Amino acid sequence: MKYESQRVAMPYFIFALVLFVGQIVFGLVLGLQYVVGDFLFPEIPFNVARMVHTNLLIVWLLFGFMGATYYMVPEEAQTELHSPLLAWILFWVFAVAGTLTILGYLFVDYATLADVTMNKLLPTMGREFLEQPTITKIGIALVVVGFLYNIMMTALKGRKTVVNIVLITGLIGLAVLWMFAFYNPGNLTTDKYFWWFVVHLWVEGVWELIMGAILAYVLIKLTGVDREVIEKWLYVIIAMALITGIIGTGHHFFWIGPPEYWLWLGSVFSALEPLPFFMMVIFAFNMINRRRRNHPNKAALLWAMGTAVMAFLGAGVWGFLHTLAPVNYYTHGSQITAAHGHMAFYGAYVMIVLTIISYAVPILRGRPYGNSNTAQIVEMWGFWLMTVSMVFITLFLTAAGVLQVWLQRIPDSGDALSFMATQDNIALFYWMRFVAGAFFMAGLVVYLGSFFIKGQASPAEEVRGPATQEA
Amino acid sequence: MAERFTKSMARNIYLGGSAFFILLFLALTLDTQVRAMPERDNRDQLTDQVVRGKHVWENNNCVGCHSLMGEGAYFAPELANVFDRRGGGNSEVFKAYMNAWMTAMPTNVPGRRQMPQFNLTEQEIEDLSAFLEWTSKIDDNDWPPNIEG
Repeated sequence: MKYESQRVAMPYFIFALVLFVGQIVFGLVLGLQYVVGDFLFPEIPFNVARMVHTNLLIVWLLFGFMGATYYMVPEEAQTELHSPLLAWILFWVFAVAGTLTILGYLFVDYATLADVTMNKLLPTMGREFLEQPTITKIGIALVVVGFLYNIMMTALKGRKTVVNIVLITGLIGLAVLWMFAFYNPGNLTTDKYFWWFVVHLWVEGVWELIMGAILAYVLIKLTGVDREVIEKWLYVIIAMALITGIIGTGHHFFWIGPPEYWLWLGSVFSALEPLPFFMMVIFAFNMINRRRRNHPNKAALLWAMGTAVMAFLGAGVWGFLHTLAPVNYYTHGSQITAAHGHMAFYGAYVMIVLTIISYAVPILRGRPYGNSNTAQIVEMWGFWLMTVSMVFITLFLTAAGVLQVWLQRIPDSGDALSFMATQDNIALFYWMRFVAGAFFMAGLVVYLGSFFIKGQASPAEEVRGPATQEA
Repeated sequence: MAERFTKSMARNIYLGGSAFFILLFLALTLDTQVRAMPERDNRDQLTDQVVRGKHVWENNNCVGCHSLMGEGAYFAPELANVFDRRGGGNSEVFKAYMNAWMTAMPTNVPGRRQMPQFNLTEQEIEDLSAFLEWTSKIDDNDWPPNIEG
């Protein structure tokens, strides 16, 4: 850590991990409700648990991105953060508002919550992932604006690196697209069309810029490869992300009203969307092969490789699996979608946040070369348990989805099984998904346990890399 | 990457490519929303009642269990075609069905998925029914593939 103000990243990372635990607890509740339908009913109905699960994910990833930004931007710009105080104030505002919103979901009936938060004045609630009361949405907007102000003031007064520029471009995009969360017309098709401006253009657009910037930064630090090379890769990756991803939004417009040309545009461009993720894999492995140093923080390196591979599998491969319109006609809104959603979010966004945490938190704790060997081994166990569990969650949901399509979607009306009858038929896969979810939880516990192991890696563990040996 | 491919070339592809596709996306959005949608979403039948029904749908977080045109949660049946599935395409039949269904919830059958009792007024159930009926008539390229949704 070169700048004292980078410390402000720490509370963001800690709170992100706390919310991550909450997300997984509610994931397990949901997984059980899929097979024991009345579990926790009526205290926590499925819709409430799902809202908590997905909203916690979004909020903790935002905390993770903010922590990453507060850590990276001062170091890249080679200057102290504009206002650490503002960063602390915004941390508490966001943490309190986020916690209150989640408690509101859990302890107040949703219709009452809509009523007391005066949703009537500006109705924005009750849409998937955008369930937050309007007042919370305004709060998120204000926090993000304050955060961007702080970050831009910092970046502008210092060295302007490509990592910073790409990261901040992604964050500005995130803020601008959030404005569409406030647009909720009475016409459902218009509502849905612009709802995707937040949801798709976040996760398959500007968030990829954020992910690419974090990955590039960590690879610069861990491999010592020349910044020029890494920045060139970063530009190519984000170019591919936006060139494919923007028109790729069309794969959401197939069955919600927009005209038929989206069937072609959405299919062709979203079929290309795996490209930037594939390039991230090539990029990460190439940079690691060409490394000029062997950083003793091997756990961080594992996360960096892992996020590239899992993002490619989850977002790229599992996305492509059901993105062509003739396929999507049958798979749209089935468990295939759920399978893709789980692995894509885990691979691309959960893992990139855990990558920067794995790199930055030891440094913030005064361990510049990383945690002790024991701590790293435990952390890697957490990595493998969570990652393999997520692979199985995805495979079981995919199996459930294929069967669902086979039983419920492909036969003609009259021969097709009803939704609920289909669910009964595929319950075995939901049970197996639940077991895989329990293993994921175990992996998370192991991962968190690694933070409590004392000791640090020593610089002596750094042996010179292959590149320098040749030179 | 080859040395001839420089960082500034990469940056120009990024800037040029994204600018072009953002503009193309905006143009397509304009065409979709201004030219195409009025003919596809039967907006002439988009009454105040339908809009009120949409708010009933939203204020009770229906999308937290159900999907609507395939979007939402996958815990409970698709509802964009429930007007056809349960109402047989007849408004009166559908309203009667909705009234009976909403009153009967939850079933409290042990181990089965439960739908909460939302305590909707008769007016709210009518509004919700109107919303679902209007939704079922949107031209969505013949999705879902069959009546089961």
